[in-house]
Amino acid sequence: MLGVKRMLRKRSILIPVLFLLPSIVFLTTFVYFPLVQNFYNSFFDFSVFSQKKTFVGFENFKNLIGDKVVLTAIGNNFKYMIISVILQVGFALVLAYILEDKIFRKAAPILRVIYFMPVMVSISVIALLFGFIYNPQMGILNSFLELIGLTEWAKPWLGNSSTAIYAVIAMSQWQSIGFIMMLFIVAIQKIPQELYEAADIDGAGKIRKFISVTVPQVRETIFVNTLITVTGSMLVFNEPYILTNGGPGFSSITMSVHMYQQGFVKDNMGYASTIAIVIFMITAILAVIQIRLSRTGKGD
Amino acid sequence: MGNIVKSTRKYQRFGLGELFITIGLIVYAVIILYPLFWMVISSMKSYKEIYNNVWGFPSTWLVENYATAWSKGISSYFVNSIFVTAITVISVVLIGSMAAFVLARYRTKLIDFALIFIIGGMMMNPEVALIPLFNILSSLELINTHWALIFTYISYRLPLAVLLLRAYFLSIPRELEESAIIDGCSEFGIYRRIYLPMSVPIIITVIVLTSYYAWNEFLFATIFIESNDLKTIPSGLMNFRDALRTDWGVLLAGMVMSAAPMVLLLIFLQKYLVRGLSEGSVKG
Repeated sequence: MLGVKRMLRKRSILIPVLFLLPSIVFLTTFVYFPLVQNFYNSFFDFSVFSQKKTFVGFENFKNLIGDKVVLTAIGNNFKYMIISVILQVGFALVLAYILEDKIFRKAAPILRVIYFMPVMVSISVIALLFGFIYNPQMGILNSFLELIGLTEWAKPWLGNSSTAIYAVIAMSQWQSIGFIMMLFIVAIQKIPQELYEAADIDGAGKIRKFISVTVPQVRETIFVNTLITVTGSMLVFNEPYILTNGGPGFSSITMSVHMYQQGFVKDNMGYASTIAIVIFMITAILAVIQIRLSRTGKGD
Repeated sequence: MGNIVKSTRKYQRFGLGELFITIGLIVYAVIILYPLFWMVISSMKSYKEIYNNVWGFPSTWLVENYATAWSKGISSYFVNSIFVTAITVISVVLIGSMAAFVLARYRTKLIDFALIFIIGGMMMNPEVALIPLFNILSSLELINTHWALIFTYISYRLPLAVLLLRAYFLSIPRELEESAIIDGCSEFGIYRRIYLPMSVPIIITVIVLTSYYAWNEFLFATIFIESNDLKTIPSGLMNFRDALRTDWGVLLAGMVMSAAPMVLLLIFLQKYLVRGLSEGSVKG
């Protein structure tokens, strides 16, 4: 045995180097270097089409403070976050608990697949589909409201600056609740059955068991899912970009869409880099929290 | 209500509460399914019928909408998506498993650093790197080629792949490789003949996760690819919509065709996707 161990150790370093090299090269070039580059870029003014960069110092950061659209965007990101945490974490947890209840054992496998289905469909298809659903003339949402006699509720959901962001958020919930629900189901299935049996003996009802057994047992998953949802809300791009492109006006803009528009539409690449830094800071703080929490979790 | 019944009988009674919950579950299932169902039905309608008869079935089922959508662009988006997804998946599995192999079997300070370096990539978000990536890819003359997507997809998917593969590799018993070394198996042989074949389940998970990502990715696909001929499905659909204007039936047919392969694949391989997503979500 010792001989074998020595052989293992003595093996050339060629394999480790060769095997790690591609991964290191990819991550350096396309993940870490851009991040550093982004900080550098934020002190310059430059265009998509030219390599020439003009140093502007903290000009971009000053502009950021005076930019009202940033406030709207952060506000929308927070709306996204609050609604997503309530529905994707809160509602999804309850849903997972119900589906794992023995009484729904027969229906659960089918319902799981149905609720999970939107996750499998690409966001561009879903966003185009919701474009039809929200369509003011023939959309099925307005048609449905007319059908049940709530004609006065019907409105151009995406064309109205007070409803646009909520219509976008609603679509995200429709797509993502099933995803988080699935993560909760996996977590709930790992809870030892004895805990529920003990609760049964104590005469606990279903709601009581949910509060005293399920929630504390999946605490860790709740933290992780909350952070996934919060980080996702801070980064959200596809949904508002496809459905409304931030409009009408800037009413449904988010930070990522604002960054995209500044960089690629208005050609202020330097300023867009500065917005990217704000997004990076927010998500980096969330990532640190996530690492901290998963470390403490391991100590339990 | 049911307290006495519940405690005296072994099985649970289906009470009023359960009835309400069941109704709720069905309503939610309808909310999820109906839009998808509507998409499929309306994809076989004409524009007029989509507009005037929102709820009904088509008077004539225009299956030819699918043929039109296919020939008007979806076919080329499809080929592009398959190419990009295939190369990305193969690369991620190969490069990721090689890195995971070394990271699981060696322990030195440098290897530990490499582990943190690679897995730490999971914390980085593509949205934030968008502008520098665009510049880097431009200077490499990769903008508006499939490689712009492939290289970035590989880079952003590797961390998760390495995380999953390494965890699995660590569970492979050491005795196996020791006896292989005694039999004269080389280091590369251990990787190819022992580690890869023994890790098929996790490799499938990585394949499913990576293809799910590469097939559906929207942001890079929209910004790094300019010409319509090179576009993958998610960004191609946007062009498709703009080109068709009011030919909604054809657009919907294109949407169904774009979504179908992944949905079918994932219904069968859901187990692997869910495992990957749930293990990958517990970072650190």
